Amino acid sequence: MNLVLIFPEVFLSLSIMFLLILGVFKKKSSSLIQSISLVILLVTAVITYNETLGIQKILLFNDSVIIDYLSSLMKIVTLLGAFLVLIISSNYLKTFKIHKIEYPILILSSVLGMMIMISSYDLIVFYMGLELQSLALYVLATFNRDQLKSSEAGLKYFVLSALSSGLLLYGCSLIYGFTGTTNFNLIAAQLDSNEYALTFGIVFILVGLAFKISAVPFHMWAPDVYEGSPTTVTLFFTIVPKVAALTVFIRFLYVPFLNLIDQWQTILIFLSVASMLFGAIAAIGQKNLKRLIAYSSIGHVGYALAGLATGSNDGIQNSVIYIIIYILMNLGLFSCLLMMRRNNEYFESIDDLSGLSKNHPLLSISLLVILFSLAGIPPLAGFFAKFYIFKSVLEQSMYFLAIVGLLSTVIAAFYYLRIIKIIYFDKEKESFDKNHNTWLKFSLALSTISILFYFIFPSEIIEIVSKINFI
Amino acid sequence: MNFPILSSLILLPTIGALFLFFTKSTRENNITVKYVALFTSLVNFFLSIYLWILFDHKTSAFQFIEERTWIEGFIDYKVGVDGISILFIILTTFITPLCIISVNNSIKNRLSEFLIAVLIMESFMLGVFCSLDLVVFYLFFEAGLIPMFLIIGIWGGARRVYSAFKFFLYTLLGSVLMLVAIISIFWISGTTDVEKLYEIGIDPKYQNLLWLAFFSSFAVKTPMWPVHTWLPDAHVEAPTAGSVLLAAILLKMAGYGFIRFSLGLFPVASEIFTPLIYILSVIAIIFTSLIALMQEDMKKLIAYSSVAHMGFVTLGIFTIQQQGLEGSIIQMISHGLVSAALFLSVGIVYDRMHSRLINTYGGLVSIIPKYSVLFMIFALASLGLPGTSGFIGEFLILMGAFKDNFLVAVIASLGVILGAAYILWMYKRVVFGKVVNLKLKEIVDLNRSEFFILSSLAIPIIIFGFYPDPLINTIEVSISDLIKNYNLNILNK
Repeated sequence: MNLVLIFPEVFLSLSIMFLLILGVFKKKSSSLIQSISLVILLVTAVITYNETLGIQKILLFNDSVIIDYLSSLMKIVTLLGAFLVLIISSNYLKTFKIHKIEYPILILSSVLGMMIMISSYDLIVFYMGLELQSLALYVLATFNRDQLKSSEAGLKYFVLSALSSGLLLYGCSLIYGFTGTTNFNLIAAQLDSNEYALTFGIVFILVGLAFKISAVPFHMWAPDVYEGSPTTVTLFFTIVPKVAALTVFIRFLYVPFLNLIDQWQTILIFLSVASMLFGAIAAIGQKNLKRLIAYSSIGHVGYALAGLATGSNDGIQNSVIYIIIYILMNLGLFSCLLMMRRNNEYFESIDDLSGLSKNHPLLSISLLVILFSLAGIPPLAGFFAKFYIFKSVLEQSMYFLAIVGLLSTVIAAFYYLRIIKIIYFDKEKESFDKNHNTWLKFSLALSTISILFYFIFPSEIIEIVSKINFI
Repeated sequence: MNFPILSSLILLPTIGALFLFFTKSTRENNITVKYVALFTSLVNFFLSIYLWILFDHKTSAFQFIEERTWIEGFIDYKVGVDGISILFIILTTFITPLCIISVNNSIKNRLSEFLIAVLIMESFMLGVFCSLDLVVFYLFFEAGLIPMFLIIGIWGGARRVYSAFKFFLYTLLGSVLMLVAIISIFWISGTTDVEKLYEIGIDPKYQNLLWLAFFSSFAVKTPMWPVHTWLPDAHVEAPTAGSVLLAAILLKMAGYGFIRFSLGLFPVASEIFTPLIYILSVIAIIFTSLIALMQEDMKKLIAYSSVAHMGFVTLGIFTIQQQGLEGSIIQMISHGLVSAALFLSVGIVYDRMHSRLINTYGGLVSIIPKYSVLFMIFALASLGLPGTSGFIGEFLILMGAFKDNFLVAVIASLGVILGAAYILWMYKRVVFGKVVNLKLKEIVDLNRSEFFILSSLAIPIIIFGFYPDPLINTIEVSISDLIKNYNLNILNK
């Protein structure tokens, strides 16, 4: 067996242990550990890129771990996402005096959990990764423990997430009971014979997964948790776990459950339509930016799921593109949010943006680009993300899904426009601080420029995902 | 000829906008900023004139084609012009510099941002008329919403937020169905290249739904009754330059779209839906003319008159007669010039009096004669007096309509009378009569730049009124081939 293939995970786990020990023995090491964690994330990404990206498909450990193009790509995306989150966190954490060694270590452990999830090819391995990830995330949500809201967010997240894990486990046990195996390949082989009873198992598993990815109707935790958690953690929640959850979604649907496509397709279409519509409508009334982002992310998950619902390779690839572009947009949005700071106080209400364009022209233009892109207006990247999704949806002649999806973009456009209106059309308020962390500026510039100029080189990202192959 | 003239046309304004973006905008360098924008748009105008000179009007094939792979195996970036689109390109490049000159008095704050928005808008509008790929077309068509939304919202009047939202959401709602249709066409025909689609045609059994999806977008943009309500709001609240762009060019995108896509790609469906268009057009002509009669606000009156004029345009397009289609295009060009001129005229008195209400004015002729003369030319052109470009368009459209459907033509002709009524009545109340409002005594006549703008609009209106040949020659072959192709498709059905 070729252990090099799981070297990224091994390296990451060893580093986490090393950092824990370092943190215990060295006083005031939070900045040092933060920097080391950043290096570790990058190194892990490089290792993944070098060792596994070229691999077509290899199964390890009695077929319970898979290394293929999808897993390598998604691991790299996860690692880079975590890297960017971590790199822009420090100022925020320092302001709230929570710049502790645990923060980077928890992020690293949750990333490790996600990497295991992404590579899992067996129900047990999958569950192990999921729990490792979730436990780290619960703690992260409560990281600002002196604030009531943060503790509340963590507790809510824990209770509801545990419930969904329970459902997931129940589904797994049903599947194990009917097929006698936990391996994805073997489950796939068994599925034809007694599919009716197995549908229950699938439903429970999909419910659990939908919960993790915050798809309607299992989204209730998201707004509260997103609002209550520290902003940098919210950023982490909105992008990184989504990547892992989406990968697992793809893996479940297209490996063990592929033969039951007729059953789960309806479920997915429902999840997708409900998320798109609900995300668009519920966001309209929001006053807090983080809550609004929560609803908008629910909507975006709906679009990504629409791609999965198609049951085609093209659909999977376009969902992956969607999630990558979505990460970029959210990164920019949160960078702006982290820049809304005055005298060591952070602002989260939409009204605080009022007249931003007078005092902060560049920040406003970035926000303008990001918001129009989130709304899916051409020629920005967000449009192409949606365009690709609907291209695959229409290839399967799923007109209902396409039309509902596009109509909900119009509804969603309303609340994005409302923010733009507040920034550009309303009276100005006191200006925010102008001295920002270089990395914060970097991430904002990165996201804005890549969104704005995506249309010049649209083929590259398609090239990247085109090797994802399932059917 | 390898010089990518069309791409340069599309890109130049954006490059100018980039320049502006990187110049610090202070009050002192406002003039510089304006000259940069003006220079860019003038270069673009001369480039488009050069394009017109090079243009070969003896063929209906697309010319100056540029093709480049854009998204692998899916979309090619393809631009090109034929007789139908070239006039709109020239209209766009002609109107934009005038808008830029006109900002002198009307835009007080954030001038450089305004000019950036106008220039980017120009890029997008040119892109719409040049693109020969459905997806590229859609991209430009939708992208134009962003600058226009900002123009209305930032520099607009009192109810600007409401109008900007209404404009944006209406148009977006109309367009998303078109996107569904475009992607469907890709899956049905395997390409979104307009030239190829003209050749292979689209299976008639899909055409009806596709036609309706395109219609939903174009009807909102035209705007046709009953989805025209965004237009008066947007026009009234937009700053003068914004209203001009909106009326002169943005509305034409839809008319152009009807000819290029609805007739060109879905002839069978167009034949079926012609009665629908006739009914909506006639309602638009009569109904909105009546509404225009009742308006107190000059800008609103002109906005409603735009709806009525566009009603003539859609009527002419769907007569599928040589005269009707030629008339529609000339009417669109003429309306582009005339409505721009009318909005600018209103803008000029608005800048001085800060009122658009008709009853604020009265007796202007004795105070500002130059203005009154020019305003009269535009008013007469708007009602279609022989000798102005407005007449040629309306006359040809009605001729086409009489050939196709007598009743519709008769009713539409009534609209011409109503058109004369509302515009003359407004003119009378604003320009003639006694000076009641004493503040008007201090109003000054046109300054040099305003005189220049209005007269440069008046000249083509009159020239094309007496001598429309350059326009007709340019479009003739393309139109007749379009109709030939259309009839062929109907027969083969």
